Amino acid sequence: MNFDAEAPTPGERDVDFSAVDKVRLVEALARVLPAGALMYDPEDLRPYECDGLSAYRQLPLIVALPTSEEQVVAILRTCSAMRVPVVARGAGTGLSGGALPHAHGVVLSLARFNRILQLDPHARTAVVQPGVRNLAISEAAAPHGLYYAPDPSSQIACTIGGNVAENSGGVHCLKYGLTVHNLLRVRGVTIEGEIVEIGNHALDAPGYDLLALVTGSEGMLAVITEVTVKLTPKPQLAQCVLAAFDDVIRAGNAVAEIIAAGIIPAGLEMMDQPATAAVEQFVHAGYPLSAKAILLCESDGTPEEVAEEIARVRAVLDAGGATEIRVSRDEAERMRFWAGRKAAFPAAGRISPDYYCMDGTIPRKRLGEMLEAIQAMERKHGLRCINVFHAGDGNLHPLILFDANQPGELARAEEFGAEILELSVALGGTITGEHGVGIEKINQMCSQFSRPEITTFFRVKAAFDPAGLLNPGKAIPTLNRCAEYGRERVSKGHVPYPDIPRF
Amino acid sequence: MSDLIEQWQERVRAAAAAGTALQIRGGGTKAFYGRAPAGELFDVRGHAGIVSYEPTELVVTVRAGTPLAELEALLDDSRQMLAFEPPHFGATATIGGCVAAGLSGPRRAAAGALRDFVLGVKILDGRGDVLTFGGQVMKNVAGYDVSRLIAGSLGTLGVILEVSLKVLPRPVAEATLSLAMSEAEAIARLNEWGGQPLPLSASAWSDGVLNVRLSGAEAAVRAALARLGGEVVAADAADAFWGGLREQTADFFGDAALDESGTSLWRLSVPSAAAPLKLDGHQLIEWGGALRWLRSTVAAEAIRERTAALGGHATRFRGGARDGQIFHPLPAPLMTIHRRLKHAFDPAGIFNPGRLYDGL
Repeated sequence: MNFDAEAPTPGERDVDFSAVDKVRLVEALARVLPAGALMYDPEDLRPYECDGLSAYRQLPLIVALPTSEEQVVAILRTCSAMRVPVVARGAGTGLSGGALPHAHGVVLSLARFNRILQLDPHARTAVVQPGVRNLAISEAAAPHGLYYAPDPSSQIACTIGGNVAENSGGVHCLKYGLTVHNLLRVRGVTIEGEIVEIGNHALDAPGYDLLALVTGSEGMLAVITEVTVKLTPKPQLAQCVLAAFDDVIRAGNAVAEIIAAGIIPAGLEMMDQPATAAVEQFVHAGYPLSAKAILLCESDGTPEEVAEEIARVRAVLDAGGATEIRVSRDEAERMRFWAGRKAAFPAAGRISPDYYCMDGTIPRKRLGEMLEAIQAMERKHGLRCINVFHAGDGNLHPLILFDANQPGELARAEEFGAEILELSVALGGTITGEHGVGIEKINQMCSQFSRPEITTFFRVKAAFDPAGLLNPGKAIPTLNRCAEYGRERVSKGHVPYPDIPRF
Repeated sequence: MSDLIEQWQERVRAAAAAGTALQIRGGGTKAFYGRAPAGELFDVRGHAGIVSYEPTELVVTVRAGTPLAELEALLDDSRQMLAFEPPHFGATATIGGCVAAGLSGPRRAAAGALRDFVLGVKILDGRGDVLTFGGQVMKNVAGYDVSRLIAGSLGTLGVILEVSLKVLPRPVAEATLSLAMSEAEAIARLNEWGGQPLPLSASAWSDGVLNVRLSGAEAAVRAALARLGGEVVAADAADAFWGGLREQTADFFGDAALDESGTSLWRLSVPSAAAPLKLDGHQLIEWGGALRWLRSTVAAEAIRERTAALGGHATRFRGGARDGQIFHPLPAPLMTIHRRLKHAFDPAGIFNPGRLYDGL
């Protein structure tokens, strides 16, 4: 069989949707939607022009705000028939431009799907609509001693539908998993208007694991209309250890030593000195400012369990050369320890007009190399960078500080970021741990994946969305784009940064 | 690329060109599972060995032909484990077969399933291309999660060459309790306990007896033992009990030829709080109520109907004809997606055709 002859390879180049006729589209959608569910005046579209990655802006043709699954089906059938791109949107808090509108497309907002449909404390499940906020689920479950474990830092605002689309993490995912580990079922609609039930309320489902495939698919496979999440018993107690180090590498080693001691902390975070300084003047968490790095290590469980684990963590940190160790004495102090870490992004926004957040993940043992390389990049690009990490799972969030009003700074920040991401791949990691590829990291996908792998992604997309109408141009780069980006690796054996020592 | 992989690429391309079905096989310990295997034997045990293992990274990368026992022994040396406790079903089980079958053992309800621990895969697809997805890190959302799609796909999408798995430390302390109670009471209690911060790591109810395993910090296990009551099972007996459950060597599973008696072993995956089955046969309940094994002569249709009514799905795990439905039938829109995915990875339909569903 000659595979090349079977069909054109999907994802060769971007599809041109400029023939979409706005007037005809508005007419067609108005026939299937109630008044008030459709917006097309530029004034009304403005709030939808970007998500949390505001450097990228684009007005859509139309924003649709359906209130029922039938309306979602009708919108998708209409767009499918008229070959119109559709971009699903939750709260718009995403950091990679995944919800950036398509210039010739419809933004399908799930904001009105905001009800918790069922909460079963006995079975520990919640059935929710996609527009329900992450934190709202935990709040509803709290009276039953339960909560929804994944806690992205935007959890006050971000929606569960967006969490599923991005496979969001949070500070507790080393122990409690990512979104993909805390879902039981997703109900959605394909671009062809078919309702699909993926997963169920049992612990597995027959056939291929489509639930994993849809989770983190960045709105490119189906539009989610309902989600069932697992609820977790709330630990009786949580306590946090704050440890200071006079050397970043030593702090990194301490992380490895905690894991080597057989401890899986509920959270394990690290901040470098510039990050500590930035948040301290913002939230006054009482962080030791002289430390080159601080670690936050949280233990949760029964009081006996926590006492036992904290003692073990203390011993490891002592032996690992911590210059200071504090254990939270009460809930207020624990919250204060965390306040600084959770305020890292806003603090960056306070000390700099703009910042650019990276999301690479690397094997923990390469942390020191990465930090040294970032220091060199700061000099090369003439920009500062402060570093916060989900150290327990190797997920880095370097925050590159810049001023978009200074000519050339945004471009330099982007180059800086691209360099960090490509080094993440070279060190054996990935360009995105939890924020998604979106539009932001689409070029770096070309360095992480080979041509046949990228083609496979397009084939997977086509299995759900043969016409390529759901969120086109995101997450998976066309081969043409990779060729233009000019850095496509012939094979993964090719390693950039040959001057970096490896061991 | 090693010579062996190049040979395999050639073989796959030739098989695709000729339309020759290939039956991918590791240790053959799960050959009983799924619909009847068909096609030329494709033995993948030659691609074996640990690629990398660093206990402090909590990740092991291993070639698919590596014996599962060898991998588990290696992890045990560092007091780590595959937390999903995969069944071996024989001494020759390989990690590739383990991932392809996607089965998890007693710890699943507490620790997660096999698919939850798969971080990355390297596969040989039906075009003869070697593809890598995921990686060796805990968090990775670049591209679709093909690694987890491969887990449990029974070799129908490609030949697994290498896998990276998250590993976990072995619990510091472990203890097993035995309590007498009815089926309905066991289901109720297990769900009640599941909503509390208890270190439950496995459960099994059968014939009026509920066994629960507690794993975690010394203090947590001690406190839970005092709280739950019942009788403490001696450590050796407990290990033998959970081992027998994991490997299905326990008396319940029996070794009597199922076919001759007309009995099948059904695996019913249901919501944990689902009501008692009320189906004729002998039952064993695992996973906090979410997995119900049933040895029964009841007709497949009746079993599937009852399981679906409870919100779950039924697999004819052992026994019965293997040319019919083994796995629960899929609704049409999902089957369409399955067919398209199969075609995406294996356009000539050569890998384990029909093993999962007819036509896949």
